[in-house]
Amino acid sequence: MRNIWIIFAKEMKSYFSSPVAYILLTMFAVIFGFFFWNMVGFFVIQGAEMMASGQMGQMNVNEQVIRPLLGNASVLGLFFIPMITMRLFAEEKRNGTIELLATSPVRDIEIILGKWLAAVGLYACMLLFTAISFAFLFHYGNPDWKPLAVGYLGLLLQAGGLLAVGTFISTLTRNQIIAGAATFGVCLMLWVFAWVSGYDSSTWATVLSYLSVVTHFDSFGKGLIESKDAVYYLTVIFLGLFFTARSMESLRWRS
Amino acid sequence: MITVKELTRKYARITAVNHISFSVAKGQIVGFLGPNGAGKTTTMRMLTCFLPPTSGTATVAGFDVLEQSLEVRKHIGYLPESPPLYQDMETTDYLRFVGRLKGMAGAELEKRVDYVMGRCAVTDVKTRLLGKLSKGYRQRVGLAQAIIHNPDVLVLDEPTAGLDPKQINETRALIKDLAGEHTIILSTHILSEVEQTCEQVIIINKGEVVATDSVVNLQARARGVETVVLEVAAAPGAVLDAAQVQQRLSQVPGVAQVLVKGRRDGAAVFETESRKGELKRGDLARAVIEAGWDLNEMRPEAMSLEEIFLRLTGSEAAMEPEVRLEEGSPGEAAAQPEIAAAEKEPQA
Ligand SMILES: Nc1ncnc2c1ncn2[C@@H]1O[C@H](COP(=O)(O)OP(=O)(O)OP(=O)(O)O)[C@@H](O)[C@H]1O
Ligand SMILES: [Mg+2]
Repeated sequence: MRNIWIIFAKEMKSYFSSPVAYILLTMFAVIFGFFFWNMVGFFVIQGAEMMASGQMGQMNVNEQVIRPLLGNASVLGLFFIPMITMRLFAEEKRNGTIELLATSPVRDIEIILGKWLAAVGLYACMLLFTAISFAFLFHYGNPDWKPLAVGYLGLLLQAGGLLAVGTFISTLTRNQIIAGAATFGVCLMLWVFAWVSGYDSSTWATVLSYLSVVTHFDSFGKGLIESKDAVYYLTVIFLGLFFTARSMESLRWRS
Repeated sequence: MITVKELTRKYARITAVNHISFSVAKGQIVGFLGPNGAGKTTTMRMLTCFLPPTSGTATVAGFDVLEQSLEVRKHIGYLPESPPLYQDMETTDYLRFVGRLKGMAGAELEKRVDYVMGRCAVTDVKTRLLGKLSKGYRQRVGLAQAIIHNPDVLVLDEPTAGLDPKQINETRALIKDLAGEHTIILSTHILSEVEQTCEQVIIINKGEVVATDSVVNLQARARGVETVVLEVAAAPGAVLDAAQVQQRLSQVPGVAQVLVKGRRDGAAVFETESRKGELKRGDLARAVIEAGWDLNEMRPEAMSLEEIFLRLTGSEAAMEPEVRLEEGSPGEAAAQPEIAAAEKEPQA
């Protein structure tokens, strides 16, 4: 436990003592802010039109603003995750500091968990910015907070899985760019797999769309915790961390 | 403190370390000496649990590197070939981090950080970013992180590489100073470093141990061989046949071998080797004069550790190309140096 914390603290410090964290946070905040402004603007115009035609009572902030915004945040995350994880192990390998970590009285799994949790931590910081936007909605309107909380849980689970995959990919190379690009490719694939179910309903398409990380987010976006979706994310997290551990082990055998 | 038995490490194609065995007693300071690519780093990585051996065993502080790896890592301080520094950390933060990794905390850690910074003379860069330090300071911070948790065993991979002469001396003094409290194994390819800092030396070449001995013994062995350097010239007007001189000299009683070391106009320099006390220098002089040549110079020369090292590792030709002759005599290449013959045969 203590060792996980030591590694976690070191990684967090390293994110925030370089420009990396600030650039990621700013970019995320700006892009998400744009989505938010767009969505709220659309909602307001729609509301005005409905009022004009006398059809009130069908407006719902949760359904029409929060849910699509959470969906946007989930896709936006796919683009940021590679930038969070690419350095985790690649940088240690390039600098030779992996030799320090691997010869310290710390278990591999503690190193991996510390690093992965730090990545999740940075992602959570990015989500904090979205929370600021949502706070406006609570100030001016009266949305239901429970679906929002479930939505955040879903975002964290989804990111947790992809961050674990990114951590694994980072152990495979000493080149951060390669690690980032490969992770980005994987994230993108896990996103677009969802599209096939739109026009194809064969077994293959079902499998592909099951593999997609975005399809499993739908239920969370609606404010529902579906166990099959939660299990999917937990499995991705477990597999990602498991393969990271195996890769670290084989690193010793190969290098 | 360290026991290594039949340790072997293979990479994809090559065997970097081939069945080496040695042991190091508590409190000793041992030099691990070998040319580039000998397998020093590989061996040290196995001792520090960074690489698992392909076969064989190693125990450090009584723990097996494979079976009780965590215990070994608690008792070892390691300075890898390139110091493992985080570019974006400050010296103090870095040493604190390493200390925590090794299980220290609180006031004890703070005290120890201050202490090792003083000991390794890095106090004046304590708030600098590690990425901006000069090579010498990087090396010293690397040393500071190795001793932060006061380990029983210190493994130092080329601790003086890249330092200027003054820093080399300071670092050697520091290592010697540390020897009282720790068992130290350091690798180097500089012989004088071993002579100055170590008590014991393990010479390794192409993955095999060629010699293990105390430095004192090796030096004695170096003194046990006598070399005499002679410059022989032809009689005025005649041409000197170096091979003929070499032939004549090697017939003198006590001479083990004769090397042609160089030529000047009309003269040549030879070096004879013999065991201490077995050769009368008068015999050599007489042989030259009686054959009708002139003896320009004759002086005895002590064999240095450097030469022993080069012989044991068989890299003399590579290291001293300028003294080699284009037309070396046939006997020269074939003759096994006496030292090496007495020890294990070096791999050709
Ligand atoms: N990761 C690796 N993969 C393949 N071969 C390696 C690897 N590391 C070292 N070797 C090979 O193993 C042999 C021994 O290397 P090692 O680094 O142990 O030598 P060394 O004695 O430390 O040399 P130097 O004085 O140059 O540091 C060399 O032939 C080297 O090429
Ligand atoms: Mg080396």
